[in-house]
Amino acid sequence: MGGYIVKRLLSAIPVLLGITVIVFLIMALIPGDPATAILGSYATPENVEKINRDLGLDKPLVARYFIWLGNMLTGDFGRSFSLNRPVIDEVLERFGATLVLAGTAFIICTIFGIIAGVISAARQYGLADKAITFAVLIGISIPSFFLGMMMILAFAVERRWFPVSGMYAIYGGGDLADLAWHLVMPAIALAVVATGVIARLSRSAMLEVLRQDYIRTARAKGVHERRVIWTHALKAAMVSIIPVLGIQAGFVLSGAVYIEIVFQWPGVGRMLVNAILQRDILLVQGGVVFVAACYVLFNIAVDVAQSLLDPRIKT
Amino acid sequence: MTQFIKLLARNQLALAGGIILSIVVLVSILVPILPLQPPDVTNTADRFMAPFSEGHWLGTDHLGRDLLSRLLWGTRLSLAVGAAAAIVAAVIGSAIGIVAGYFGGTTDNVIMRGVDMLMAFPYILLALAIVAALGPGLMNALIAVAAVNIPFFARNIRGITVGIAHKEFVDAAKLAGKGHLTILTTEILPNVVPVIVIAMSTTIGWMILETAGLSFLGLGSQPPQADLGSMLGEARSALITNPHTSVVPGLMIFIIVMSINLLGDGVRDALDPRLRSGALSRPKPTTTVARQSSPPHGPGEGVLDIRELETQFHVGKRVFKAVNQVSLNIEPGECLGVIGESGSGKSVTALSVMGLVASPPGVITGGAVFHGGQDLVGARYSTLRRLRGDKVAYIFQDPLSTLHPLIRVGEQLAEAIRVHHPVGKAELRQRAIDLLNDVRIPNAESRVDSYPHEMSGGMRQRVAIAMALANEPEVIIADEPTTALDVTVQAQVLSLLDDLRREHNVAIMFITHDFGVVAQLCDRVAVMYGGQIVEQGTTDDILANPAHPYTRKLMECVPELGAGRRELAAIPGLPPAVDDLPPGCAFAPRCHKAQAECTKAPIEMTRGGGRAVRCLYPETKLVEEEPA
Amino acid sequence: MSLALQLDDLSKTFPVGKPLFGPAKAHVRAVRPVTLQVETGETLGIVGESGCGKSTLARMLVGLLPPSTGEIKIEGHRLNNANPAEFGRSIQYVFQDPISSLNPRKSIRSILEVPLKRLHGMNAEARRARISEIFASVNLREEFLERYPHEFSGGQAQRIGIARALAANARIMVLDEPVSALDVSVQAQVLNLLARLKGEFGLTYLFISHDLAVVEAVSDRVAVMYFGAVVEVGKAEKIFAAPRHPYTNLLAGSAPVVGRPLTPPEAKGTELPDPLNPPPGCPFAPRCPKATEICRDVDPPLEQMGEDQFAACHHPLDA
Repeated sequence: MGGYIVKRLLSAIPVLLGITVIVFLIMALIPGDPATAILGSYATPENVEKINRDLGLDKPLVARYFIWLGNMLTGDFGRSFSLNRPVIDEVLERFGATLVLAGTAFIICTIFGIIAGVISAARQYGLADKAITFAVLIGISIPSFFLGMMMILAFAVERRWFPVSGMYAIYGGGDLADLAWHLVMPAIALAVVATGVIARLSRSAMLEVLRQDYIRTARAKGVHERRVIWTHALKAAMVSIIPVLGIQAGFVLSGAVYIEIVFQWPGVGRMLVNAILQRDILLVQGGVVFVAACYVLFNIAVDVAQSLLDPRIKT
Repeated sequence: MTQFIKLLARNQLALAGGIILSIVVLVSILVPILPLQPPDVTNTADRFMAPFSEGHWLGTDHLGRDLLSRLLWGTRLSLAVGAAAAIVAAVIGSAIGIVAGYFGGTTDNVIMRGVDMLMAFPYILLALAIVAALGPGLMNALIAVAAVNIPFFARNIRGITVGIAHKEFVDAAKLAGKGHLTILTTEILPNVVPVIVIAMSTTIGWMILETAGLSFLGLGSQPPQADLGSMLGEARSALITNPHTSVVPGLMIFIIVMSINLLGDGVRDALDPRLRSGALSRPKPTTTVARQSSPPHGPGEGVLDIRELETQFHVGKRVFKAVNQVSLNIEPGECLGVIGESGSGKSVTALSVMGLVASPPGVITGGAVFHGGQDLVGARYSTLRRLRGDKVAYIFQDPLSTLHPLIRVGEQLAEAIRVHHPVGKAELRQRAIDLLNDVRIPNAESRVDSYPHEMSGGMRQRVAIAMALANEPEVIIADEPTTALDVTVQAQVLSLLDDLRREHNVAIMFITHDFGVVAQLCDRVAVMYGGQIVEQGTTDDILANPAHPYTRKLMECVPELGAGRRELAAIPGLPPAVDDLPPGCAFAPRCHKAQAECTKAPIEMTRGGGRAVRCLYPETKLVEEEPA
Repeated sequence: MSLALQLDDLSKTFPVGKPLFGPAKAHVRAVRPVTLQVETGETLGIVGESGCGKSTLARMLVGLLPPSTGEIKIEGHRLNNANPAEFGRSIQYVFQDPISSLNPRKSIRSILEVPLKRLHGMNAEARRARISEIFASVNLREEFLERYPHEFSGGQAQRIGIARALAANARIMVLDEPVSALDVSVQAQVLNLLARLKGEFGLTYLFISHDLAVVEAVSDRVAVMYFGAVVEVGKAEKIFAAPRHPYTNLLAGSAPVVGRPLTPPEAKGTELPDPLNPPPGCPFAPRCPKATEICRDVDPPLEQMGEDQFAACHHPLDA
């Protein structure tokens, strides 16, 4: 098992390098002089000179890539000119907030999505199946940012159950209860779409598994139907559900961008959007590489979970 | 194509989605000629007018612009951008996927590594990076959304293409002289297009959402031009004071995406042949029972008494009479062979006993199965469950697919005992090891912790036999247990089964298509054809003197080893389709002795001398006819 | 007698766990060097159990797989993979699964037209006439031509597959388990059809099957394969009646036969050797009742044993 984790970690290195190449190439698409493009409205002569020196912008593309990569490996993601602080500091601070939001939403959608999918499949064409299918259809059709706005209207403005926005109360907050209270609405708004998608895929994975011969074998042994569904079938279905969870984690992380804007959540997504509007290219670059790298590591964890479940994967 | 539209129209939700979407699309096409106010003319005096105001049905926004006009123009824009992104992504992604999937090898490897790289990003990061580089704007948002979705299409279509490229018809096309390009366009593409259509119809709504999302963030369409996303984005600051400016575009996005999703699901269902045939429905824990007449009375004879069993498959309007008036009984310790070709109903008969016929589409429509004085057909689930595996156990055909792939064989054996008898953990493990020893699996102590995929086919089938023996059942129903095995392995498994049934004095109902196997293993045999038993008797009698012409012909068809090169006997024609059985003898159309009477009415069983035959002109007269 | 097909040291190894660049970590030898001749007009049967390499061999013969070593000569000419149209005219293949060998989205007529158009460049009129002719010779009604594959039963679909192979007008046909997906009563129809076509068109058959009785009934000579190698070749009427190789004997003794009591065949186990790590000697040695020291060290070559019979065994059975 340990060997497998090491193997997967090693195999992530080319992927991580690939990510940096892709981000670097996209940023190289920016028309015009790179220094002025990166600095935008902060392109004072001193800044231009400094960034040319730091990033080797006068050098050819390949050399620039390696300078940039080398800097990042030493933890230097460059400096945000709009915020006037190191990119890495800002990203780390904001990423924590995103992790709280996206992590909570991910747990919600995993639990409820799988349960809804299993029930839906076990009661195929029944009332529960129809109700879940309908709810799922609405869930995956509603834009999360619109849902968030409507939730604010309904539960923060009309009924003052939850705060309108933010992560902590401005006065007197800051503890875990305060965070949880602020987290409820954005986490739910963020989880809805992914819950629907996971429920859908869990349902079809379960239907696929329930037709398999080994389910008939379990029934022929006299295994109780509850156990057939929740142990035999779900275990086998998880083999196709787990990779979907990995992909959905990416979607939750993506959806967090909208939710952070709607709920003024101080996360990395809102930071990126502001950075794009401010044309703070280094902040965008650093943020994208950092979050993508974290996502790659998360997917390794997903693969490891998969190999624990499925002995046919060579460890 | 017409079938596709019919299927689509039958799905009411899809129809509703289609109608709503058609209206939205039609209106947005007609927008330029509709009598609307100009969408971009500001009038700050009329700002934030409520819906249903004079001259402004949906009210006005923060700059006093008519919301209805902006909504329809915005819808037009959103639809166009979303559809364009979907088409671009589908075309490029599918092309990549088809090439990678068809050529395989290094081409595939290189392309798919690249795709994996792109999919390693949470998709919005990539979109944001592209927009950051190209600058905010609707066209750039379109490019970003399309680019981000290309890997999804590529991966999806590649998977499908790999499956098709390994089909034998592609090899056949190569041998018929087709080159790569011709094979790609004429053999692969026609089979992939439905999948591309499904993928597009289920993702186009998502693309519309995504472009709207980028516009919502201020990275898509720029003022004064507005799509639905940017309308919502601009309205956000006035969410609390003037919610209608947010609700109007938000609801529109919701309606569009919902209708596309409904239609997309309908398209998927109509195009997926598995859904069409009902193959994707989940079999219920027991077969549905809908007996049309009162069942025969018990208590029945022997350990298992099947009486006038009728099992059908109801697929759409078609009824397949898989098992038709089948009566069989098994005495304690006896081995009864049921022989027939595919579609003869032998396996369905076996599965009907314990209600294991997949349902839907299977329905038991008549008859009874007596065991220990009670009728199993129509018995409650809890009764059936208690008997399954405890008194009546099964062995199935393919030992790889019938064992759970993720559970150790020892655990699967232990479970078979545990569900019926409260036994402690340590003892369960010992019992599992003993069972593996019973079926002559070497190194049982270590094999007990193996997974099925770590064993050979013969070993897996031994595990399946051990599982059937776990609770010392009275009957084992073995459904073609050696068909999937190699001949040398089959010989060992058969002799093992024969030893075990004598050791444990268990009755066996042995389903097979192989006369050689029946001859070696079974005491009595029943021959099935077209869902009915056509002949029944002791194995020796039937093999020596088959009474039914079908039995005789079938035995002549089986080539026997040692006779050298020769012309083989054949039966002309095809086995009957069980959804269209003739009124009389199902074999009559292929029978050399058939007369007019044979096809008129159902043929009754004639009994005599411990034998039974369903034929008016049997090959041999049965001794001492008994009055019916 | 002229040779229709000559195989010299033909072998196939598959790489296992090949990284993106660089050599593979291990190799599986699916077919070990095989040397065989097939005479014109002969039916050579090839039997063996699953995993013995018989299908890999067949796919190499028709150019669907490039061999790792050795060469194939068809009627004296070396098989040239590069030109599918050329070898398509000399050798054809009939597939095991009749349904999946027909493209579900094409009508039967358009499936049959391909070889005529591609391999023989016939015009529309000539194609129409030829298709009618071929269809009649496989006993199918012409109205079937406009239908689609899913409308046919296995037996009918297999006749269509045979018709397609005939359309290529090749003189050699590789039949890869052509009847094993069919029911017994239909199986004989197809086998008899094949026998008739062979006489009619002067064909040479390579008949691959796992069913000993079927192979014996249709073949002139039979080759028995085990673990990627031919272990015995001989006349069909003799090879199972008087086998020289213990594996052939085991196969012949395992087939269920009416009237023979059920006794487990004489063999120690059922497991094939690990293809990734094959034993040095005879691959059958671990299962062989006659195995001795030499069997575990030296892989025996195929040697002539009696008239027309060859076996690869250190301790052949008595004739």
